[in-house]
Order: sequence, then structure tokens, then C-alpha cells
Amino acid sequence: MAEFLEFENVHKHYGRVRAVDGVSLSIRRGEFFSLLGPSGCGKTTLLRILAGFERPDQGRVFLDGQDITELPPHKRKVNTIFQNYALFPHLTVRQNIGFGLKIEGIDKATIEREVDAMLALIQMEDQAGKYPDQVSGGQKQRVAIARALIKKPDVLLLDEPLAALDLKLRQKMLIELDLIHDEVGITFVYVTHDQGEAMSLSDRIAVMNHGKVEQLGSPTEIYEAPRSSFVAAFIGDTNFFEGTVDEMVGPDYSRLAIDGFPDVVVFNDKQLKTGDLIYLSVRPEKIRISRDRPEQGAHSNVVPAHVEDVVYLGSHTKYWARVQDYRIAVYQQHNRFLLDEQPIRWGEDVFIRWHADDGFMLERYSESDERLMGTPPEEVGEADNGGESAATGSRGA
Amino acid sequence: MKRSRVPLYTTIAVLVFFYLPVLVLVINSFNASRFSSGWEGFTLEWYRKLWGAREIWHALRNTLIVATVATTVSTVLGTTAAFALHRYTDRLQRLHYLLIYTPLVIPEILMGMSLLLFFVAIGFELGLTTIILSHVTFSMSYVTMTVLGRLQDFDWSLIEAAQDLGADWWTTIRRVLLPLLAPLSIDDFVITFFVAGPGSTTLPVRIYSMIKHGQPPLINALSTLLLVVTFATVWLSQRLMGDKR
Repeated sequence: MAEFLEFENVHKHYGRVRAVDGVSLSIRRGEFFSLLGPSGCGKTTLLRILAGFERPDQGRVFLDGQDITELPPHKRKVNTIFQNYALFPHLTVRQNIGFGLKIEGIDKATIEREVDAMLALIQMEDQAGKYPDQVSGGQKQRVAIARALIKKPDVLLLDEPLAALDLKLRQKMLIELDLIHDEVGITFVYVTHDQGEAMSLSDRIAVMNHGKVEQLGSPTEIYEAPRSSFVAAFIGDTNFFEGTVDEMVGPDYSRLAIDGFPDVVVFNDKQLKTGDLIYLSVRPEKIRISRDRPEQGAHSNVVPAHVEDVVYLGSHTKYWARVQDYRIAVYQQHNRFLLDEQPIRWGEDVFIRWHADDGFMLERYSESDERLMGTPPEEVGEADNGGESAATGSRGA
Repeated sequence: MKRSRVPLYTTIAVLVFFYLPVLVLVINSFNASRFSSGWEGFTLEWYRKLWGAREIWHALRNTLIVATVATTVSTVLGTTAAFALHRYTDRLQRLHYLLIYTPLVIPEILMGMSLLLFFVAIGFELGLTTIILSHVTFSMSYVTMTVLGRLQDFDWSLIEAAQDLGADWWTTIRRVLLPLLAPLSIDDFVITFFVAGPGSTTLPVRIYSMIKHGQPPLINALSTLLLVVTFATVWLSQRLMGDKR
């Protein structure tokens, strides 16, 4: 067992539903690791297997070289922050935090001292005598963290810990969680469906879907180099293109044939051959939009397009540009505000441009993943039909 | 805006409806008149006579035995049944639920008759034991239903939280489950005690025969004492639970 925490081919079925379907993962000591995915993707089940509340049908779990698969929850050096905090309503804040130590049979004086240290860490010294329903949501959260950390676990598990908080508090707790992780230095395993939380906190993320790990990597890797259409669409926005490899351009680049486009150059790190069908993902903020035809370098793609919609969002503007069957999302940052500048408007003919390195070839593509992105309908009433053409850049009706 | 007076009026109406007869009974227990036809002066005579009525104390003792044993047994059995019904939802438990639920809707006279016929048929000697058994069959369903209702509101992640923090099963039950469920169990105990008590046992039977033999003043005195005890117990259990929250 090379790694600190290891899932080895873990399966868990509920009746016919494969909640966890053959997951193998290695988590490093001290890492902030996130399990990210939509509801029902198996992330919570995996966390519960790690906590000991569920036993896998197949596979093993190792912690620090020890096989903990069969170990009951109370014998694991793993503690959990529950989604609803699960504070004991009949105990005060102080008693809640001290609960784990009291059960161990540690003497009173030591417990008092440890609890005081924890209260200081979460800055709630003056609330120690209150009951859980007398403190605020954010404070409950902090008590739950203190109650788990006082056990000095090897791993802290966090099950959507911010889901119950409002936006402002969530942003504050996000920073606090980060600080606490830096301070205690233990391994955090964080379950969330919120890509923003996962991206901002994690050292590494495992993106999960249908009980499997779709992709594992740092936030940057996952965002910049998504391997599947699911990852590309679930994390951030993107545009998908379908094409075939036309010819090789040097050792690293290929020219693609995409319906309705002039030749598109793309970085070919997948060793694809001429004639192969490929799916391309291009992030909206990697695409430039301009009225005048830009200079075309060897590795840039310039495509004439027609602006169908403009949404001004303050820090940036979102354009919907039509090229044949594709509706392409483009984000343009506003670097400076010029009074005499004529902004690009709805209905204008423009050019869009992106660098070959910004088009990313997907290993797996599924059309249904396009629905993960919040794309507006092309026509009034279309949203009701739930038609596939509502998705970005899909080959429309 | 003026506050509505409707709540006040309904409260008064309910109190009058419920407690006026009781009030009359309490006043009459101090009435020197033998037939409660009019006020003939204050007296403690009936309480003195009650003190000397040995058959009443005997009946009360039986009642207390029946109520205590029946309540304890049905609280334990009913709570266990509620846990099983809450935890499992297979076909067996659906049948279980049906069987537990039925005694609540079957007319009591029917239950009583069938129990009597059953005990006679198997040759079980009628006595305190059969009375206790009969009471358990009545009150167990009641306990199961109330406990089941509250289990549905119980936050089960608290159990997981306790285990997560190092508690084994026994510690979890002792430190989390019992402290959280105990107040409601005490509550159920008190209610069941009174439901089981004056339902059909020896003291009520004694009271019934006293009415037949024309001793209403004694009944008034006895009822007043019972009322005092009942109110005191309910008040005490409310106080105990109030402190828990």
C-alpha cells in the first residue's frame, strides 16, 4: 500500500442500483481531496463506506496500510462532519465537543482542556453553555468541526458541509475550512456537488458520475484538460464540436473537418489517425470575438459567425454565436471601459477565434452531458419540449 | 389591531365543559348531605369513612399492581415493536403493523369477551394475571403507535454521529438514544398508566358496585383524591420534560 488512503475496486449496489461501481482511488496524507459529482453519482456512498456506515459488496479500503473494510465506525480513526451537522440536541456546545473524549474514558481535566482549545479554534468560547438550537447555522457547523477534530482523526470526512448555509456564510466558511485544514494538517475528504467549492478548496478532485470516477486530477487539470464530455460540461461551461481528423500538421497538431467550419487546427496529444471521429471541447472564455477579421496564425482558428444573443454580465459579456448548426458560447472579459467603443450587438456578423491548444479532444462523449450546462433555448417554448437542440453547440435541428 | 377574543372564549367554553361536572363532584365530596341534593354544610365525614373502608384500599392496591405491571410491560413491548416497524418495511412488518393497529379500532367489549373466552377455554385461572395480560394487549398498541410516530421525527444521523465519535452500540443507546427518547417514554408511561388504570380494573369495579349500593358521597371523596393524584402526576411529568428542553 503505497498511498495513505486507498480504495481498491470498491462496489456497492442497492438492489439493482450500482451506487458505487468499481472505484479505485488513492488519497495522499494531508491532502484536501474532493469527491465531486451530481446527486446520485455515488460520492456520498463512497464517503459512508470510508466512515464505516456502509460495507462495500466488493473491494477493500485501506487506511495507513491497514485494511479497514470490516472495521465498525467507532473503531476507525476517521471522523465525519454530517450534512445537517447531527449535533446532539440534549447536550451543550461544550458537551457536544467533548463527547468523543468522554466516551474514550479520558479524565475530566484533560477533556476540559482539550475542549477549551477547540472552542478557541472555532472562536466560540462564550457560547460553550448553549444548546445546539440556540446557536446559528454557521456556529453549528463550527461545533461539528470541533467535535470531529478533537478526536484527532487521521482523516476528516465532510459531507456537503456548506449545503445548508446561505451564500454569504458559505463563502466565509469556505475560507475557514481552508484555514482549518492548513492548521491541523490532516487529510480532508470533501463531498460536494458544487464545483465552485471543490475547485477553490481542493488539492485534487475526483469527478464522479454513475458510480464511477470520471476523472481524477488537480482543479486546473480537470478544468483545462477534461477527458470526457461529462467532466467538461459539469465543471464550467464549454462548447462541443464533432469532427473527423483530416490530416496531420507536424508531429503535434491535426487538421479537423467539422461541418460548416473552415479547417480547424487542434493540438493532437491523443495520437489520433486520419479519419478518426473526435469530439472537441472549447471553453467559452478561450474564444475571442471581434468585428474585424483577425490575423490567422498557423495554430489559430478563425471562423465567421453571426451573433444571436448578447448577455452583459458586468465583469464579462456572454455571446451566443451561430456557425451553421452550432450555437457557440463566447465569454469576453472587459479589460477597460471605452466610451467611444461600439460594443458588438445582436445580429452582427463577427469572427470568432481560438488557439489550437485551447481545443481539447475528449476521450468519451455522451450527448446527454450537454444538458448539464445551463444553455438557454433557441426559440420561445423550446425549453418545454426538452429538445436536444437546446444544448450548446450541439448539432441543432 | 385588536387581538381576537375567540381563543379566550373557546378556552373558557372547553374548561367549563370539561371541568364543571368535576367541580360539582369535588364540592359534593365536602357536602354533609347524603344524597347531594343541596348544600347542608361542610364535612370531612366521607373522607373519614373512606379511610376506614378496607375493601376500597384492597381494590386500589390491585389497581396499582395491574397498572404498574401492565404499563411497564406494554411500554417495553410497544417500544420494541415500534423500533421493528420503523426499521423494517417488508411484508412481515406490514402484517405486524396491521395486527398492532387492529386492537385500537376493535370495540373494547369485543376484545374483552374474546379474551375472557380465550382464558376460560385454555383453563387459565382468572385473576390479577389475566387482568394484566388483557391490559397489555390494549395498551401495547397505543404505546407502539405513539412511539412510532415520534421515531419518524427522530434524526438518525445522531446515531451515526455517536458511532462516528467512537461510541459502540451500547454507549450509543445509553448516551444518545435513551436520553433523547426517554422523555417521550416517560410521557407514554404516564398516559398508559392512566389509560390502563381506571379502564376496567378492580377499583372501577368497586366504584361501580358502590354506586349500585348507594354510597355516592364516598365515591365523591374517592374521585376527588384520584383527581388530585392524577393532576399531580401529570404536572410533575410535564415539569420533568420541561427541564429537558
